[in-house]
Amino acid sequence: MDTKKYPVVWLQGAGCTGCSISVLNAVSPRIQNLLLDELVPGHQLNLLFHATIMAGQGEPVIEVLKDTEKDRKGSYILVVEGAIPTAEGGLYGSIGEKDGKHITILESVQDLGRDALLTIAVGTCATFGGIPAAKPNPTGCKGVREVFAENDINTPVVNLPGCPLHPEWFTGTISVILFSGADALDLDDLARPKLFYGKLVHENCPRRADFDKGKFAKKLGDEGCLYELGCKGHYTYADCPLRQWNNGVSWCIKAGSPCIGCVEPGFPDGTSPMYEKVIFKELTWSQK
Amino acid sequence: MVTKIKIDPVTRIEGHMAIEAVIDNGVVKEAKSAGTLFRGFEIILQGRDPRDANRLTQRICGVCPTAHATASALCLDAAFGLTDKVPDNGKLIRCLILGSNFLQSHILHFYHLAALDYVDAASAIGDLSLFVPRYEGDYRASGKVNAELVNHYLKALDIRRKCQEMLSIFGGKMPHNVAIVPGGVTEKPTEDKITNFLWRLNEIRDFIDNIYIPDVIAVAKAYSDYFQIGIGCQRFLAYGGFDLPTGRLFKSAVVSTNLKPEPFAKENITEDVKHSWYADSGSGKNPAEGETKPDVKKKQAYSFLKSPRYKGQVCELGPLARMVSNYVQGDAKVKELVDLLLGQVDVGVDALFSVLGRHAARALEAKLVADAMADWLTSLKPDEPTIVDSNVPERGEGAGLAEAPRGAVGHWITIKNKKIERYQVITPTAWNASPKDDKDQPGAVEQAIIGTKVKDKENPFELVRIVRAFDPCLACSVHLIDVRGNRLGVFKVV
Repeated sequence: MDTKKYPVVWLQGAGCTGCSISVLNAVSPRIQNLLLDELVPGHQLNLLFHATIMAGQGEPVIEVLKDTEKDRKGSYILVVEGAIPTAEGGLYGSIGEKDGKHITILESVQDLGRDALLTIAVGTCATFGGIPAAKPNPTGCKGVREVFAENDINTPVVNLPGCPLHPEWFTGTISVILFSGADALDLDDLARPKLFYGKLVHENCPRRADFDKGKFAKKLGDEGCLYELGCKGHYTYADCPLRQWNNGVSWCIKAGSPCIGCVEPGFPDGTSPMYEKVIFKELTWSQK
Repeated sequence: MVTKIKIDPVTRIEGHMAIEAVIDNGVVKEAKSAGTLFRGFEIILQGRDPRDANRLTQRICGVCPTAHATASALCLDAAFGLTDKVPDNGKLIRCLILGSNFLQSHILHFYHLAALDYVDAASAIGDLSLFVPRYEGDYRASGKVNAELVNHYLKALDIRRKCQEMLSIFGGKMPHNVAIVPGGVTEKPTEDKITNFLWRLNEIRDFIDNIYIPDVIAVAKAYSDYFQIGIGCQRFLAYGGFDLPTGRLFKSAVVSTNLKPEPFAKENITEDVKHSWYADSGSGKNPAEGETKPDVKKKQAYSFLKSPRYKGQVCELGPLARMVSNYVQGDAKVKELVDLLLGQVDVGVDALFSVLGRHAARALEAKLVADAMADWLTSLKPDEPTIVDSNVPERGEGAGLAEAPRGAVGHWITIKNKKIERYQVITPTAWNASPKDDKDQPGAVEQAIIGTKVKDKENPFELVRIVRAFDPCLACSVHLIDVRGNRLGVFKVV
């Protein structure tokens, strides 16, 4: 049987490359498996463009993007990392240049997004704008869904927020797509797979018993629930406490640090100050 | 004949970067390095809780977030009056977290960012889209050596991942650790964690000693002309870093070609903006008084990077700067490692000021840091505190100077009414990839490119090898793009 190959274009906008680095941290499958092997029997990714790891540079790699747009309509997966600067016509961020002209991130996300099979927004910047879109949002940064909506682009978007995202939120989402098809992804109203973002951090927190008993840490380094120190786990939807990070070594609360709500659409303005208690009813965004 | 080479995007670096070189009779006469993304972190930080700077500034860069966490924590320690109060455990764990990321960053840089300029991955693995298109015509390693280097490219993906797993034992997660905070760290050094860390470190040290350093030597032997290419400004600056209870691993200094260390003082740092998209009123200021006022209509500007200078002079920062600084200040272990390596490739000390010298310095530094980490680990005291409690002051000022994998990094804060009034960051790539300054002196990367012979304009290996040897981190340097899209007008092209 022929292997079914899924072309992938990974664009980087206004971000820090942290989500790419996080995906490099994937354990099972490893990044080598993602790049080189049939990820599931009979199905394989074919990474066409990723500025941090691909061999080429300059105009020839911009040609790769143009050829993808032209020749692979409806067949490729577009991954967007980083927010999309929209002020000044998008000129605060460009991904390269063709015929002496900048190609802005805004332009390339639209051009490639329009004819993609599916777009995956990785990280909080690409999903909701994240830190680049924080007040006063100097470059007019937006997330992918917002840019698509404003430009009548109907390509389905899967949001995988997190600052950065957990590598298994990416490999797991790809697994669903390769095994069962993108339609099998069960998404919430913010386009996040419920598989990973279905429960509050608070629900599965190992310090939940401390919360229930009223045992609260008064200063960093103390034992006890971190609610008084600003923990945002009671309104943050992610499976960090169960999955943990970096091959299951640790995660924020295990290391004594309050959850800063980095997967949420309000991050960082709505989860700041990070070390001050926020009361549930003061929250404003939709999933409250 | 005068022509221009433009490489946009420069890939296999962190962030968005473009390079222009004007070539006359095969030699680069003029060069411009430009980043192509502006986020405005310093503007976003204004008015926020100062403690949040420690979390937010890490997000400047996903490759070297721990360096920003460290500089920011040192900066906040100073502003909160905690500098002398951080417990020894806190200092050691901060260094172990930072050190772990030095190792992942250096290994990532050599194998996954730089190596594809020297190693023919397509011949070993296949013509995957990942490996072609690419520059053609100068892959020199023999079949056997090449195949081994490609195997190590794949193995190094595991090792750099394991560096991050090791980091997370104390750091909580990576990228963007959570444990480094003003006053110390939030995680505790229990015996089980120390041993867990130690055995992960042992595997990584084995890789550095027996694979990474030998591979750098193998590449150096196949490309020995690159000991004479990309010489650069030959003035090195290290702020010094890894603040341990017993002092610092990296010594601070400014060192020129006379190899005499000059003491470093942060008050001598200024940032010029003549060729940057910022209001001229901000030119020549020390970062403690610095401002970030974009002025996108400025005529002679071509960059949103400012031009940091030391006493008005261009400096190179990074592993080579640190190795030179420690070497000339009599660090016995650095001297031994450098001399040993130079002997193996049969070149003199001058050859360090080159593309290969930068790769060699980075590899030796990985060994230096990894070996030192084993000592730091066993200095931890499981029953003692890691953090001192603190409050945000009404007013305060502070500077935090540290070393990132790519070179020295500095954070400056002014606090008013318990909020951030001013926050300024100067990154190593801002120094290295800076545009011309107020005196029209080109930046360090620009200087390293100027004078280079380019053999094949269609495949300008020389230029990308020079640029990547600096390990540029453009997201870190935050700030530049020609928002009017007219960079092409800058050069006269014949």
